[in-house]
Amino acid sequence: MNISVLAVDDSRTMRDMITLALSSEGFDVQLAEDGEHGLEVLDGMEPDVIITDINMPRLDGFGFIDAVRARDDTKTTPILVLTTESSADLKTRARDAGATGWIVKPFAQDKLVRALRMVAG
Amino acid sequence: MSDPMQEIMASFFIECEELHEALIDALQSMADGEHDAETINVAFRAVHSIKGGAGAFGLDELVAFAHQFETVMDACRAGDLEITDDLVQLFLRCGDMLSDLIRCSRDGEEFDTAASEALIAELSTFAAEESEEEDAPEIDFQPMTLSLDDLGGDAPDAADLGSPSLPDLPPLDNLPVAPPEPEQPEAGQLLVRFKPEPELYESGNEPLYLLKSLADLGQCHITPRFDPPKSVDDLNSFGDRLAWEIRIDTEATPAAVNEIFEFATGLCHFEVVSGQSEPDVVEPSEPDAHAELSGPVPEDTPTPPPPIVAAPDPVPPKPAQKSDKPAAPAAKAATKSSPTVRVDLDRIERLVNLVGELVINQAMLSQSIAEENIPPNSPVSAGLDEFMQLTRNIQESVMMIRAQPVKSLFQRMSRIVREASAAVDKSVRLTTEGETTEIDKTAIESLADPLTHMIRNAVDHGLEPTETRIANGKPRQGEIRLAAAHRSGRVVIEVSDDGGGINRQKVLNIALAKGLVPEDANLSDSEIDQLLFLPGFSTADEVSSLSGRGVGMDVVKTQITALGGRIAIESTAGVGTKFTISLPLTLAVLDGMVVTVAGETLVVPLNAIVETLSLTENDLRHVGPGQVVLCVREKFVPVLDLGKELGYRSALAFEKDTIALLISPEEGKLVAVLVDTIEDQRQVVIKGLQESYGRVRGVAAATILGDGKIALILDASDIAASAAGVTFDATQKEAS
Amino acid sequence: MTNLSERENVTVDTSRAEQTEFLSFRIGESEYSVEIMAVREIRGWTRTTSLPHAPRFVRGVINLRGTVLPVVDLAMRLGLEETEPEERNVIIVVDVGTRVMGLRVDAVSDILSFTKDQLQPPPDVATSAKAPFVKALTILDDRMVRLLDLEVVLPTGDEIAA
Repeated sequence: MNISVLAVDDSRTMRDMITLALSSEGFDVQLAEDGEHGLEVLDGMEPDVIITDINMPRLDGFGFIDAVRARDDTKTTPILVLTTESSADLKTRARDAGATGWIVKPFAQDKLVRALRMVAG
Repeated sequence: MSDPMQEIMASFFIECEELHEALIDALQSMADGEHDAETINVAFRAVHSIKGGAGAFGLDELVAFAHQFETVMDACRAGDLEITDDLVQLFLRCGDMLSDLIRCSRDGEEFDTAASEALIAELSTFAAEESEEEDAPEIDFQPMTLSLDDLGGDAPDAADLGSPSLPDLPPLDNLPVAPPEPEQPEAGQLLVRFKPEPELYESGNEPLYLLKSLADLGQCHITPRFDPPKSVDDLNSFGDRLAWEIRIDTEATPAAVNEIFEFATGLCHFEVVSGQSEPDVVEPSEPDAHAELSGPVPEDTPTPPPPIVAAPDPVPPKPAQKSDKPAAPAAKAATKSSPTVRVDLDRIERLVNLVGELVINQAMLSQSIAEENIPPNSPVSAGLDEFMQLTRNIQESVMMIRAQPVKSLFQRMSRIVREASAAVDKSVRLTTEGETTEIDKTAIESLADPLTHMIRNAVDHGLEPTETRIANGKPRQGEIRLAAAHRSGRVVIEVSDDGGGINRQKVLNIALAKGLVPEDANLSDSEIDQLLFLPGFSTADEVSSLSGRGVGMDVVKTQITALGGRIAIESTAGVGTKFTISLPLTLAVLDGMVVTVAGETLVVPLNAIVETLSLTENDLRHVGPGQVVLCVREKFVPVLDLGKELGYRSALAFEKDTIALLISPEEGKLVAVLVDTIEDQRQVVIKGLQESYGRVRGVAAATILGDGKIALILDASDIAASAAGVTFDATQKEAS
Repeated sequence: MTNLSERENVTVDTSRAEQTEFLSFRIGESEYSVEIMAVREIRGWTRTTSLPHAPRFVRGVINLRGTVLPVVDLAMRLGLEETEPEERNVIIVVDVGTRVMGLRVDAVSDILSFTKDQLQPPPDVATSAKAPFVKALTILDDRMVRLLDLEVVLPTGDEIAA
């Protein structure tokens, strides 16, 4: 069965690139434009793994991860943070919010795929 | 566009435009004194997203600039840097530079690296102030790094930690690491010890998958270790009671294992021991492996592993930022809901053309039905009426697709104001009104040039020098106002300044000197103002670097006219000048009167026609050689034979029932245009002539009539201008 | 002529791959051609709508499936004898850079195919007013075929504004 992915990013370009990188590798990709939207999408799906940006309007990545972890159905869903920032502080915060891992943008397709396969089994 | 990356890149640049618009918007609000967190966040996010995308496409210069820009904004966001007016002005200039970089990246043009580097340098003076703080957390993060020097089998205290035979082991709870194996892995083997902390499970990591990934490196011999809970209370924390020791037959380096455990770093105790040589043991991962999938980079310097869970409070200094987040969503949620699709402009163009065809087709059908003499209340006529109504609705809907708010255009103008005012050293404020007014996308593009010119003019000539303003008791800062509104089926755009008004004496003198008006001309104020639009007119005493770019107001007028628009001017001495541009709402369709002249069929835009008159020769007065006027309600109106004007015939032809169209190209001006017959009054689809052929004097565009033939659409103001030309040039023309 | 046949011999054995196709047409007694890649379509003659202030060689515009197509009368453009358009005349629709233009000619005659090196530059003697429109010549079956330089044939901005 295909791994289902929810990708949350406010940049259309990033969403396009994630879709492009993952669809060809057999992932089922659902998209959301920000944290709030991501939570709405989660009401209708249970992804195997979630990818999220940090800097987003309405609800940012930290808030989103918090909310995802607070839900029963997604308490243990792997979450990868996709961010241009590589500062350790940011990673610590992401980790503290409950992120599983992080990938620095711009990402290479194979790395993203490998990371997803690793956290989602 | 078959390459998906190309497609994404194209859409990235479109997104960049939107992001840039949001950025300038936010910066503008900041310039107006709004320094709230969300405004700064919006600006930051815009630059951040541009940087993110640019990185994906390897647009390094753009990334570098956006990065520096973002860094300083981030400092503002964190409250480390005070937002001053100067800083906001710098941000605005950076915004302009960003837009240049984006455009150059998109078009593959060279850009002015000197200018961008200068700005980066300027930014870095601000960034420097907070760079220390930036570094601090980086160091705090180091504890996550593992050092095998402390954990390896040869560590002197390692043996004290426990013996290898597991079930008898003392509880591991308080130990920083799993007990090391006394024996070393053999050559061609890696030994991995892995003991998850409870946090590993909570963060969505799964030990099984980590083990599976290790298995990808080679044959694994896994030994699980379990520390049973001593009491029921301990059951809650079962997570840290499981550990594994994995021996892998592999040629892989420890770096490969580090990579696998990247996400788990800090959430488990783990160590890698290589069977080859000691120094390799904690190989900091290869830089390239971490460049893309980067995690905490292990340091060479050994650091004692601290209690990992007790990592320093990771969110210390910026509580405000996160806490005011939830308030914002509610406010913004409403604006976001309407879903959109992106459509290639070519497709819309095609649709517009097809609808145009439909309108023409409907006109043809109406014509044939009219010729059949079908009674007006028959089902056919009723059906036709309905068809016409539907056609009109479709047309409007289609045009709506291309409609866009003028905001982006106005934003471009704010940049022009900034640059122009800096160039002439005047302090200028741009105020805008009606930014949400929507007009056709193509019109927005075509308006950029004329508006730019008008704004430059206003800054350069319209506004007085600062000293003069102060001497006249005006505020030091000049104001330029840009307003858009829908008014009776047209879009009206006003460009006004609070400057000194048009110096009419000077304008008149120049016109006289250039021979644009006869010596004895007695011109009204508004007639003098109109002289600004004459080709070859330029009021600047010396050509300034700013507006002396070879375009005059005549070019502006031509560009506006080409869009089917009109431009008017209003000026009061000491108070200011206002230009009013009025454009048709939809560019593609126009209500016109179909007339014939010398056997040619022409369309005259209905909104230019004041009335139609049936003339006898007595109504016309010859007031001079080649100059004829018509007396309409006690006013003399210049008369123009359209056939002669367009070169279809050589002389004025006064037939028995000559028809005159009284047209008013602009407020307060009338010209009578003679035509042979009036055929019809109806909607026509505008077909550009300029792209396929070029600009033709007196002709605004072309259209296709019901019979499939092309008819030209008259440019009323152009025609009227030649009427004025006739007045002024009459003597010369007659002489030659 | 010996010169020419030599050239032909050479081309026969080297470069069939470099063959380019040209559409040839007649204006009066002369034969002209344009690269076939530039030709979009060929249409029968339709009455044109004249453009004010246009140079005389611009016949006017026609409706080409919803777009406005300017039509140049090639005979007049090349300074040849002016003829009234007839039903059997044709309009060759050509792409020139970003522009599309119709060329009124008497009749289309053939599709020719020859190599680039069969083309010769027009001789210097012909640098009369008509010459700039012809960018190359070739002889085919004893007929002289002139290859038109379409860029030059189109009316320039100055000519339109005149």
